[in-house]
Amino acid sequence: MADELLKVESIEKSFGKQKVLDGVSFILNKGEVKVIVGPSGTGKSTLLRCINLLNPPDKGKIYLQNKEITSLKHTLVPAVRQKIGMVFQHFALFNHLTAIDNVALGLLKVRKMNKTDAYKKAIDELNRVGLADHKDKYPAQLSGGQKQRVGIARALAMDPLLILFDEPTSALDPELIGEVLAVMQALAKDGMTMICVTHEMGFAKSVANEVIFMEKGKIIEQGLPEELFSNAKNPRTREFLSKISQLYGETGHK
Amino acid sequence: MRFIEKIIPYIPLLTKGLGITLELTILSAFFGFIGAIFLVIGMLYGNRFFKILSTGFVTLIRGTPMMVQLFLIYFGLPGIDIRLSPLTASIIAFIINSSAYQAEYLKGGFLAISKEQLEASYSIGLNKWKTIQYIIFPQALRFAIPALSNEIVYLIQYTSVAYTIGLPELFYISKNFASKTYMNIEIYVFIGIVYLILIYIVTRATEIIQKKFYIPGFDLSHLK
Repeated sequence: MADELLKVESIEKSFGKQKVLDGVSFILNKGEVKVIVGPSGTGKSTLLRCINLLNPPDKGKIYLQNKEITSLKHTLVPAVRQKIGMVFQHFALFNHLTAIDNVALGLLKVRKMNKTDAYKKAIDELNRVGLADHKDKYPAQLSGGQKQRVGIARALAMDPLLILFDEPTSALDPELIGEVLAVMQALAKDGMTMICVTHEMGFAKSVANEVIFMEKGKIIEQGLPEELFSNAKNPRTREFLSKISQLYGETGHK
Repeated sequence: MRFIEKIIPYIPLLTKGLGITLELTILSAFFGFIGAIFLVIGMLYGNRFFKILSTGFVTLIRGTPMMVQLFLIYFGLPGIDIRLSPLTASIIAFIINSSAYQAEYLKGGFLAISKEQLEASYSIGLNKWKTIQYIIFPQALRFAIPALSNEIVYLIQYTSVAYTIGLPELFYISKNFASKTYMNIEIYVFIGIVYLILIYIVTRATEIIQKKFYIPGFDLSHLK
């Protein structure tokens, strides 16, 4: 696993006077799944937004496939974002488009595929998340879990090098979480490179190669999931992980 | 009925007046809409220069009476040797005025689109302009349909202000009729009904348009 895909090098980000990220660095290899946990307001979401340049970092560098992306001209940024998929906490589906149009939009307007090919690929991606039957429904007609799966299909359609998941299940009713996690687990097993901000410990245990614990804009501890969950060195990590395991349960969803 | 007797010879003039009212309304609504698109993009997404320019324009136009704008164009411009016919002056004044109002209505629709949807659009590689075109605009327009329809209703009625610079639109002809026949009640009730019918048609058309572009989740009818 030495095929380095993404390198984040001491990035810092402030909003006004508040420093949200304070020197975060890590390396993500191809096919790797990283899970980021930590209290709210710690900068986990901001970290993801820095990586796909929605909120470019103030300091530090990010490399994708050994090319620095943090100093690109703004006209070149969309081409980078296309390679980095993102799945949002509140799904962020385009409300005026059906499920299949949500997935096909990027193929048609960014990759300039013709209609036949774009819709063929879009239906394949919807199939992958088990929603081909719902292709003509609008977001308002889908359940939360279905919306999030469309969100995942939309990201997949662009054939990204990696996908960022920003608390993909935290806005879902408990009984809908399982279907989304199942899709994510299947992706991980297919070799998709992923960074997931999530508190789903079961998910982390079953597919993560590494768990990162963040607090106050810094990485406090990182390691294999079983190590971190059973044997964290830092007392803050232990305290936090025991709290979320009480809340979310040890087993998680399979 | 004496009124019917008197009004029959006036029918051609009234029809012409109606035509002018409609011409003025349709041109103002249409070109005002085009102008509004540029204004709202300038206000929300323009650089500093365009932001100040478009915001300043909208503030100025919405902050001064329509009559002042109309008189400035019709009576003021001859001062710098620009002489316009009442119709041209009215069309220009109403397009300018309506573009500012429509820009504000559109702005409301633009701002109603969640930031996350924009981020989602950027995240699949669409740039700012494509995001405006494919994500923001189709949704904003749907949100703005009721307000834009309201603007047309307003224009139909408010174009009657153009009678003050001698434009022979529907109200001007009616006033003319009243001063010649002294049948004030009859003609103003009659003309009121004509305006009412026009506005009923616009209201119905709006409902049809809303149905045609209906999308689940954009339904505001529960707010009625």
